[in-house]
Amino acid sequence: MTLERFMNEAISPWMREEGPDHDIVLSSRIRLARNFADMPFPILAEQKDLEDIRTFFKEEYEHQSFGEYTNFEFISIRDLTAIEKSVLVEKHLISPFLAKREGAAAALISENEQVSVMINEEDHIRIQVYFPGLQLTKTLNRALEFDDWIEEKVNYAFDESRGFLTSCPTNVGTGMRASVMMHLPALAMTKQINRMMPAINQLGLVVRGIYGEGSEALGNIFQISNQITLGKAEEHIIEDLESVVQQLIEHERKARTRILEQSGIELENRIFRSYGVLQYSRIIESKEAARCLSNVRLGIDLGIIKNVSRNILNELMVLTQPGFLQHYAKKTLTAKERDILRASLIRERLQIEE
Amino acid sequence: MECQECHQRPASLHYTQVINGHKTEIQICEVCAKEKGYMTYPEEGYSLHNLLTGLFNFDSNHVGSPNNPLKKEKELECTKCGLTLTQFKQIGKFGCGECYHAFSSSLNPIFRRVHSGNTEHRGKIPKRKGGSLHLKKQIATYKSQLQDLIINEEFEQAAVVRDKIKDLENKITEAGDSK
Repeated sequence: MTLERFMNEAISPWMREEGPDHDIVLSSRIRLARNFADMPFPILAEQKDLEDIRTFFKEEYEHQSFGEYTNFEFISIRDLTAIEKSVLVEKHLISPFLAKREGAAAALISENEQVSVMINEEDHIRIQVYFPGLQLTKTLNRALEFDDWIEEKVNYAFDESRGFLTSCPTNVGTGMRASVMMHLPALAMTKQINRMMPAINQLGLVVRGIYGEGSEALGNIFQISNQITLGKAEEHIIEDLESVVQQLIEHERKARTRILEQSGIELENRIFRSYGVLQYSRIIESKEAARCLSNVRLGIDLGIIKNVSRNILNELMVLTQPGFLQHYAKKTLTAKERDILRASLIRERLQIEE
Repeated sequence: MECQECHQRPASLHYTQVINGHKTEIQICEVCAKEKGYMTYPEEGYSLHNLLTGLFNFDSNHVGSPNNPLKKEKELECTKCGLTLTQFKQIGKFGCGECYHAFSSSLNPIFRRVHSGNTEHRGKIPKRKGGSLHLKKQIATYKSQLQDLIINEEFEQAAVVRDKIKDLENKITEAGDSK
């Protein structure tokens, strides 16, 4: 089964490239919500309508290519095991909401995993495009081009005054959610991030944890995204987001330098202790693993730890999630078994680096 | 003082129960209070959905009070998918694109709250479906420019803009003819 290809690697091919500001920004993402005109949205649609949409996407786009996004794989959610679903969620290829939907939910994923289209999620169509590092404009342009390509065959629900019509009023207008995944250990350590959040919220942006709405900032990874989708052009929404992200980058860099200057030995201690825990643990919980991985990654960025690749954070954060561990073990695991396997995988992965 | 239920943990809560004029004092710890049902905790976590539903129902307190039910509001229903305005406010989701027209009169306050004051789309217009909408929007911009130029008596400039408008209007009619 071709699904294998998405399941075997913890990090997507595009993540191996280093984007701008890659020491702090892990990835940029644009998501566009679209619906078919003349058809009720998934929450109220008849099963038959949703099946028609699913079939349409399978027939029109399976194994098709758009520019560098080649050979789209068509995946029916109902054909997946629980473990396979969690792996796709952990890799951010589909949303937790899509994974929970029964029936005609599906996804199209490009070979390089940079573009995915969720079908029959909260909206009929949700396009996602990823780029490494901070590249919002590029990501937006690609997403809009891809959107035009889909629109060649799909009659979108669009209204002159309200824009793209979506099931949830929070997405209407552009239907766009732009988000940037950032590693902010120094701002978290100095608790500055908590003080900055209200200001960020006032600008119509929102800060969340790594797995979206309501999730914790595991491994000091924060997701910053726009809240407002109506009344502003896509480019302007992105400009606002980008300027806040730039400021966060600047503050994070300053905080890193300050900690290094004022408490260098404590910081070094913290980083190496974490490195030690990861290298020698026999049992490790996901929260502890995330915390240590964040510290090690900071150590790499500051040149304190050498010869370990930066990707270790992104890769191990995903690889040590419950779905991935169970996929690796090829069976369901108890929490204890997961903690043991997690520790062993991390040890192995770090040995490869040495 | 120890908890009178479990006799282990210290009592951190003191209740006075009055039943038929009979007064009972209860000294209890938080754990037992929860178990015995003295305290009720709301469902853990407050989802974005609850928050939104709260936002949408903003007017229910003043306008739709039981003494003065808004009949009109109850009757608003989307002819296409059957969703009523009340249902929309409860679930916080539209049923179909037509709902936006059906509930149009009630939507502006909601959009203003959710999108910091905005009610009109200013972003992308779909390439194919948008058709002449791009041109129409451009014409509208030129027309307001033209007004300003005339007021300022910049007639040479005004003539240029007027020609641009004519060009675009011709394009629209051409596109209409070719279809």
